[in-house]
Amino acid sequence: MLHLVLFLVFGAICVAGAINLLAQTHPISSALSLVVVMASLAVEYLLLGAEFVAAVQVIVYAGAVMVLFVFVIMLLNAGAEERTKGSHVALVLGVPGVLAGGLLVAWVLLKRSETGRVALGSLPGYPKTIGTLLFHEFLLPFEVTSILVLIAIMGAVVLASRPDAKTPSGKES
Amino acid sequence: MVPVSYYLVLSGILFACGVVGFLIKRNIITIFMSIELMLNGVNLSFVAFAAHWQKFSGQVFVFFVMVVAAAEAAVGLAIIIAVFRTRETLNVDQVNLLKL
Repeated sequence: MLHLVLFLVFGAICVAGAINLLAQTHPISSALSLVVVMASLAVEYLLLGAEFVAAVQVIVYAGAVMVLFVFVIMLLNAGAEERTKGSHVALVLGVPGVLAGGLLVAWVLLKRSETGRVALGSLPGYPKTIGTLLFHEFLLPFEVTSILVLIAIMGAVVLASRPDAKTPSGKES
Repeated sequence: MVPVSYYLVLSGILFACGVVGFLIKRNIITIFMSIELMLNGVNLSFVAFAAHWQKFSGQVFVFFVMVVAAAEAAVGLAIIIAVFRTRETLNVDQVNLLKL
């Protein structure tokens, strides 16, 4: 019962944040509602027992990635976006289409899927468990991600540097 | 006890919100945030299925998705800065040429 109440409360916060992200026009408001979504998702992970994932969600996503977003929004001095009127056909076909598709998916998942129920914290993913798995079974993917992150760092530096920037020795780069 | 399908429906709602934001938003940064929202929806379904099958592989995969998302955010925001520097706008309707 407690599990269901917590799931519903934080699921509602999550969906409200996601809809607020769509409704807001200013990027800062959208970014802050994305933080709300990520924080309440961390609670959902805790309810499923994924403690390590919940901690990483708060530290990496709600912390590092969103700070990067807010930093870029402020750096570029982004203002409110101007709304363009969408086409009438998209509105007439799109909204019923999305509703029908969503209801179909929800009906299949709720009534026809053979997934069972989970208890509160049914699969406790402690950091020790995840780490053991990460450094034994998933060692190769883990090492590949380190190369990916290295390439991403170099790519970000190359892309964001000014083309006419001077190198410290005074030469043109 | 909560059915796993409730978690899957929540993840589907989040993913759908991300898709709608990607389609209707005009600000390039907000479009990028919609992509992050989609990734979060997928992560929730990974964790829900991990709890359903009682296997930790799903939670390890969420870790990998987060690493890829962080790398994507770094590169994507650098691209946004580069686009803004050349075009002086964040509106994707005005970014319609590959080359200036």
